[in-house]
Amino acid sequence: MIILKAEDITVGYTEVDILHDVGIRVKSGEIVSIIGPNGAGKSTLLKTIFGILKPRNGSVTLKDEDITGLNPDKIARKGISYVPQVENVFPSMTIQENLEMGAFIRDDDYSQRIDEVYDLFTVLRERKKQKVGHLSGGQRQMVAMGRALMLDPQVLLLDEPSAGLAPVLVSDIFEKIMEINATGVAMIIVEQNAREALKMAHHGYVLAMGRNVLDDKGEALLANEEVGRLYLGG
Amino acid sequence: MAELIVYGIVLGSIISLGAIGLSLVYGILRFANFAHGDFLTAGAYVALFMVTGVLSWIGIPDNTFGSLSFGWRMVIAFPISMVVVGCVAIALDRILYRKLRQKGSGAVMLAMSSLGAAFIIRMIILIIWGADSLFYRPGLMRPALEVPLGIKIRPDQILILFVVLFLVVLLHLFLKKTKMGKAMRATADNMELALISGINTERIIIWTWGIGGALAAAGGILYGIDVQLHPYMGWNFLIPLFAATILGTIGNIYGALIGGLTIGIAQQVSTAFLLPTYKLAVAFIIMILILLIRPKGIFGKE
Ligand SMILES: Nc1ncnc2c1ncn2[C@@H]1O[C@H](COP(=O)(O)OP(=O)(O)O)[C@@H](O)[C@H]1O
Ligand SMILES: [Mg+2]
Repeated sequence: MIILKAEDITVGYTEVDILHDVGIRVKSGEIVSIIGPNGAGKSTLLKTIFGILKPRNGSVTLKDEDITGLNPDKIARKGISYVPQVENVFPSMTIQENLEMGAFIRDDDYSQRIDEVYDLFTVLRERKKQKVGHLSGGQRQMVAMGRALMLDPQVLLLDEPSAGLAPVLVSDIFEKIMEINATGVAMIIVEQNAREALKMAHHGYVLAMGRNVLDDKGEALLANEEVGRLYLGG
Repeated sequence: MAELIVYGIVLGSIISLGAIGLSLVYGILRFANFAHGDFLTAGAYVALFMVTGVLSWIGIPDNTFGSLSFGWRMVIAFPISMVVVGCVAIALDRILYRKLRQKGSGAVMLAMSSLGAAFIIRMIILIIWGADSLFYRPGLMRPALEVPLGIKIRPDQILILFVVLFLVVLLHLFLKKTKMGKAMRATADNMELALISGINTERIIIWTWGIGGALAAAGGILYGIDVQLHPYMGWNFLIPLFAATILGTIGNIYGALIGGLTIGIAQQVSTAFLLPTYKLAVAFIIMILILLIRPKGIFGKE
């Protein structure tokens, strides 16, 4: 079943279009990876799905509901969470408070959910009273993902979760992503670490210059000679 | 000297109330609100209007508490004035600043417009109450108490310290314990992520103005009780307010508290060596020095 689809998205920050008729589909429980060179428009696509940018043309559909152009808080309520590429935590607040802010729109008792997030990222539990600004890059990324998980989303949008992390931490983060996916959360992951991202992915999309170039099963893209040469560094 | 330090703490605690509001607003909207000083003035005069006007007409007794210089009328007028000025601050944002933000005006444009707003508030007060100094209770001078170290302090001043302490603790609890308070800190930290988390940042902005205006009103009233009321009182506070805010790192309310006390003490102690008319210059020089030596203030990260 297709849980999220974006179709014919045309969008930009100014009058200039950055994306041209871009489309993407995510089946429930799937990991979809988007790869492509810097400036291809990958982050722009995530921002549009989450309602931060309003598309000039095209639609975003969650299950059977049209959510095109809704504001981020509405979209969050519908079951999509988003972790931006940069500035994705509240640095002067504690880990615990960051998670509480993730649950801001929840009116019920979410203490159990916080526990589950701490079970996933056990290092965070030991430091819950620490300010996030003092944490290492890897732990900060965990806080960012934890914040996004507080709403128990059906779809999680991750923008370059491994950016700027040391290689050992990269595999840690990817492991956590697999664990989150194993709980049934569908994901769209934008990654510079294209090879790793395609290995995890059920399906992959290649974006370049604001257009869809190619999409296929993760392993098929990995095996594709042209993709290897152009986007995976040989 | 000990006495000047104590007076400095009293003055500094009043500066702190203004500086905290200034810092809160800057933390979220990133612009210097030059009308903040005039919120203090407005607070003092709204309380005057209540004490000598409304509350007297409806027959609230004109008593005083023990050796303090005010009574029930002020107790009632104080919170009402805080609410009124909080609403004025919110209204100013809705009518003026928000419109400018939506048009994409920069920080300089907003600061300029706040100068205009400051002028308008001051002129309204001048038109209604005139340019003379006023007192909540003209002619009443309470004797100072002698406390150890040969310090003379008036009961009013002791109360001022407690009121400021109470308000600061209240604000601290609000920011640390309540959902709205935490959301306010989150919005100051990262407005975009606050929006992404579903926080209604426009509502947070309203709360921020309301709290900033209310604290400024409290500062103005306390200064009116301690010294006197004057249409330029708040405008004259502007330099100490900014000095305190910058010293304590813009956006950091605990810094604003410490900054306010430091500036207040420096200003009062300076009167041992300089004419009292140089008090403002002292605050100004401190501000320039911080900007030169440590522009991000004592809590700023380089
Ligand atoms: N906030 C912005 N304002 C204007 N242009 C932007 C903004 N963010 C990104 N762009 C432009 O949009 C294009 C796509 O950027 P982005 O989506 O961040 O690419 P990617 O994530 O694939 O590296 C780039 O040309 C970039 O310069
Ligand atoms: Mg990007």
